[in-house]
Amino acid sequence: MRVKFKIYRYQPEVREEPYFDTFEFDAEPTDRVLDGLNHIRWQMDGTLVLRRSCQQGICGSDAMRINGANRLACKVLIGDVGAKITIEPLMGFRVIKDLVVDMDDFFEQYRSVLPYMITEKPPPEVERLQSPAEREVYDDTTKCILCAACTTACPSFWSNRDFVGPAAIVQAHRFIFDSRDEGTDERLEVLGERDGVWRCRTIFNCTEACPRDIKITRAIGEVKKAIALKGA
Amino acid sequence: MSKHVHTYDALVVGGGGAGLMAAVYLTRQPGLRTAVLSKLYPTRSHTGTAQGGISASLGNMGEEDSWEWHAFDTVKGGDYLGDQDAIEIMCREAPEVVYDLEHMGLPFSRTDDGRIAQRRFGGHTQNYGESLVRRSCYAADRTGHMILQTLYQQSIKHGVRFFDEFQVVDLLIDDGGCRGAVALELRTGDLHVFRSKALVLATGGYGRIWEITSNAITLTGDGLFVSARCGIPLEDMEFFQFHPTGIWKLGFLITEGVRGEGGILRNSEGERFMERYAPSLKDLASRDVVSRAIYKEIRAGRGIDGRRYVHLDATHLGADVIEQKLPEIADFCRIYLGIDPVTDPMPVQPTAHFAMGGIPTDIHGAVLALDGSVIRGLYAAGECACVSVHGANRLGTNSLLDLVVFGRRAGIAMADHCAAAELLPVGDDPAGRARADLERLWATAGKDGEKAAEIRREMSELMMNNVSVFRTEELLIEAKEKLAELKERADRIAIDDPSRGFNLDLTEAWETQGMVVLAQVITECALHRTESRGAHSREDFPDRDDENWLKHTLAVLRDGTVEIGYKPVSFTRFEPKEGVS
Repeated sequence: MRVKFKIYRYQPEVREEPYFDTFEFDAEPTDRVLDGLNHIRWQMDGTLVLRRSCQQGICGSDAMRINGANRLACKVLIGDVGAKITIEPLMGFRVIKDLVVDMDDFFEQYRSVLPYMITEKPPPEVERLQSPAEREVYDDTTKCILCAACTTACPSFWSNRDFVGPAAIVQAHRFIFDSRDEGTDERLEVLGERDGVWRCRTIFNCTEACPRDIKITRAIGEVKKAIALKGA
Repeated sequence: MSKHVHTYDALVVGGGGAGLMAAVYLTRQPGLRTAVLSKLYPTRSHTGTAQGGISASLGNMGEEDSWEWHAFDTVKGGDYLGDQDAIEIMCREAPEVVYDLEHMGLPFSRTDDGRIAQRRFGGHTQNYGESLVRRSCYAADRTGHMILQTLYQQSIKHGVRFFDEFQVVDLLIDDGGCRGAVALELRTGDLHVFRSKALVLATGGYGRIWEITSNAITLTGDGLFVSARCGIPLEDMEFFQFHPTGIWKLGFLITEGVRGEGGILRNSEGERFMERYAPSLKDLASRDVVSRAIYKEIRAGRGIDGRRYVHLDATHLGADVIEQKLPEIADFCRIYLGIDPVTDPMPVQPTAHFAMGGIPTDIHGAVLALDGSVIRGLYAAGECACVSVHGANRLGTNSLLDLVVFGRRAGIAMADHCAAAELLPVGDDPAGRARADLERLWATAGKDGEKAAEIRREMSELMMNNVSVFRTEELLIEAKEKLAELKERADRIAIDDPSRGFNLDLTEAWETQGMVVLAQVITECALHRTESRGAHSREDFPDRDDENWLKHTLAVLRDGTVEIGYKPVSFTRFEPKEGVS
């Protein structure tokens, strides 16, 4: 099929203002959008820049806006989005060059929720026990690949960049509901602050944007409930 | 001297499983300054794609298991080329590192009584090959993802300093040892000099040398290339594993866990052909055996619809098993193939997957020079290293184990080294060579010349056709000649992008030049080894030849040519036996 890629360009060393470039070429409907971008880079214009690595939806490098929706370019087939494809960088982060955005603040917010196992008790010689049911409670949020598709789809984040954002809350959820972890109080305190979970207005954009199908809004709801119960 | 100079005690190059494990253990040493350099954000590393599990003889499933059996399987799977002292260490430490990961928070799948769940995997047996055993510890089918996330979390907890999107382009090595590295800061295009007392290379594999591969686009063998240029030998480069079940054309993996759960390979006649090739282990025979069988079926015209793939059939496992234990695979099939593994068989073909060879190290991760002496201050761990635990062919689930065991050992050894060592001085312009390389490429921007993408395409097709599952002298000599041409053309690459910041065009060109050199090394090693062993299968020398070839290959780059030497295999308790599956 003949496809037309309209791509956001920002080349600060050459041109001050961002602009759009259009590329037309033949592609298979089963090609990934990332294949199309690679085709452009390798056959048409080597100056186009994006992040990419695994090409199979697990590394989280290539989140971008594809026809207005946050998607991983390697997890969307051209045939599924149509012949006219508009590609833009994630919204809400500073653009460094073309589709590459500054992720520093995103990872800072991630760090702020203490995204690691906190335990006081020394571990046993062997594994700590955890029942399949206890394991199931936080299974969904362990799938997060930190691609930022959710956070940059969130209107609350767009209007307030200090909002910790859905991705960081997902990462916190994974520990808050892990029966082995003992750091819940500290995390709930961080998330209970002004720029924590209460900035979430339950808009569901995050859930829709997640390439891992994590039920993010539900996870955020569970964290809100945990904070409310703790306060009560 | 470059304006960016950083000094650390320990440097970790690469932010995957091996690198982060080393970093976590380094930062447990109070007062030690450690930094991780990664050309990606660390959570983008390829460890995250590993699905099936990490092996350890925990015996959690009501079946007896022992590290000795695990060691035997590893030795046998590697066709007796693995160093048995290193294999014993890996298998003995396996339960300890798995518990270590659990204590760090890794969300393993659990048994009903709350222990770490385990499943079968190819080549892992009870009682020295008698029957398959459940040895693979897993977290659904995203074990690698969980290892990577857990180690990144621990790195943050312990305050590891990260230099994200810094690509190492040269090492500072001379007779006195390793003094650090030179890295390109991708965002600015600036070169940085990193001085260190100890440096570990954990840069992963180089599957992108082949056309069909499970490897990420960033797995270009940078660590091996920069080492080889400094005169460091590369070990056993002819041994590269082709995983039998890559998704047709795309190359990425359908985990062996599918066969572990009972999935079956079938040809165009619907026949379970592995019964003919490996009567006892069948679909779970070791990966080299299964890959060759699939190639033979395709060659005999029994590929599906006459094409270059066979079917992996999981339809009899039922929706519950597939959704519960293999959710990522179900997702892959639906997105990329438009099929449902609950009702449709999956099209698979062998795919370039894992490097058994790499930078030679001792059991502490210390890199070894050609004469067997330790290169002071230089370490390697994970897929870029060759210790060698995988020998001629790696068993499934032993790669994640290799990463954490030897990443940890390297971290511990480096901490010890740093406590006693002085920081060695560097010359006036340590970044000089790297700057010359990159400026040469920058100067080509917009000019006429060879295109890196075209060279990569030709190289990867050549390697797929001539230097993959089956090899012959004729094919290898042809590959060698064509690679020499490609090498010349790679020196004349011209890029499009003149800018300094985030110049992907430039880094891809640099990586391409490195990969062509590694392809030459691989081909030369494959040409020299006139036997068939593990993943290295010579149709003109179909038998294993222990008398002449029970030894490791060492390849050294000298003035653009590849020189070949050898070193003995370490034996402890298992004498070579003929392979029976």
